[in-house]
Amino acid sequence: MITQKKSLLKAEEKNTDFEVRSLDTICTNDSHLQHPWWYNIKYAFAGIIFGIILIKAEVISWFRIQEMFHLKSFHMFGVIGSAVITGCISVLIIKKLKIKTIHGEPIFFIQKKFNKGQIFGGLIFGLGWAMTGACPGPLYALLGSGISVIVVVLFSAIAGTWVYGAIRSKLPH
Amino acid sequence: MLELLQQPWPWYFSGPLIGVMVPLLLVLGNKTFGISSSLRHICAACLPAKLPFFNYNWKAEKWNLFFVGGIFVGGWIAATYITNNQPIAINHTLLNKLSIYRINEDNNLVPTAIFSWQGLLTIRGFIIMVVGGFLVGFGTRYAGGCTSGHAINGLSHLQLPSLIATICFMIGGFIMANLILPFILQL
Repeated sequence: MITQKKSLLKAEEKNTDFEVRSLDTICTNDSHLQHPWWYNIKYAFAGIIFGIILIKAEVISWFRIQEMFHLKSFHMFGVIGSAVITGCISVLIIKKLKIKTIHGEPIFFIQKKFNKGQIFGGLIFGLGWAMTGACPGPLYALLGSGISVIVVVLFSAIAGTWVYGAIRSKLPH
Repeated sequence: MLELLQQPWPWYFSGPLIGVMVPLLLVLGNKTFGISSSLRHICAACLPAKLPFFNYNWKAEKWNLFFVGGIFVGGWIAATYITNNQPIAINHTLLNKLSIYRINEDNNLVPTAIFSWQGLLTIRGFIIMVVGGFLVGFGTRYAGGCTSGHAINGLSHLQLPSLIATICFMIGGFIMANLILPFILQL
């Protein structure tokens, strides 16, 4: 127990991370069951399903994104809106019925903290989204669909993430 | 059945399916739906360069890389086998407007005038793909998430920071598509 607390404290000290997600999931994962790598294959299957949905929903179409930002079609708003409502209802059900994971662990929810990055970063991502017509998920799906040049966009996005990591201490948060 | 699936899926079918990814990943193993963090894990795995932001145990987040690998395969399956090979029904006013910039919908998900290896050699193609991609990677990490992590996952959890981020995504997108992109497309 004490050692667990210590390691938690240590993680907190190291946590220069404003996006709570990854570092905190790592420290909450301390108590997590350790699974062999092939347990991750189920996420690959989830990804395959998601990739198919992305293509068939047409949300990966550059034209659909332009339509959305020119308010010329309801399609994108319908997709995102109904996705949020579905997600919302499912989260409520999970909380109310205290549903556990398939490994029998309780499901936990992480509260996001506000920082200015959500405003500045959000605006920057919005600019890029309307240019490339793709957010990160669709980039992988487009590449898979056979548009090889998307690898350039993906590589640029990785470079953008890296540069953010390099200069983040100088950015307002 | 397959024929029906090969048609474009209406928003009221595909939207809820996207929403179901949130509880699916939670139930599969307490994973938070999100994709842009995979870019960070790739940085951490390939070029951490002693930056504190990339020095964490990315292997504990391996599931995310399996997930995006799956998206890649899913994209291939859908584009190869679950398609009716028809162009997407885009608003005609918009298509006419875009044709001024020599952009046509050539039965593809992206305009090939820009998103092709030849297009990369044009000024506008280079800006849209390289600069645009950079902004996507930089902005999502700065904001702490992308459309899936903030707009869909975060809003499903009724998180205020995600609502703020989503509003800013939309503002940025409207500014780019209406005020800046027309100039880039002219190049």
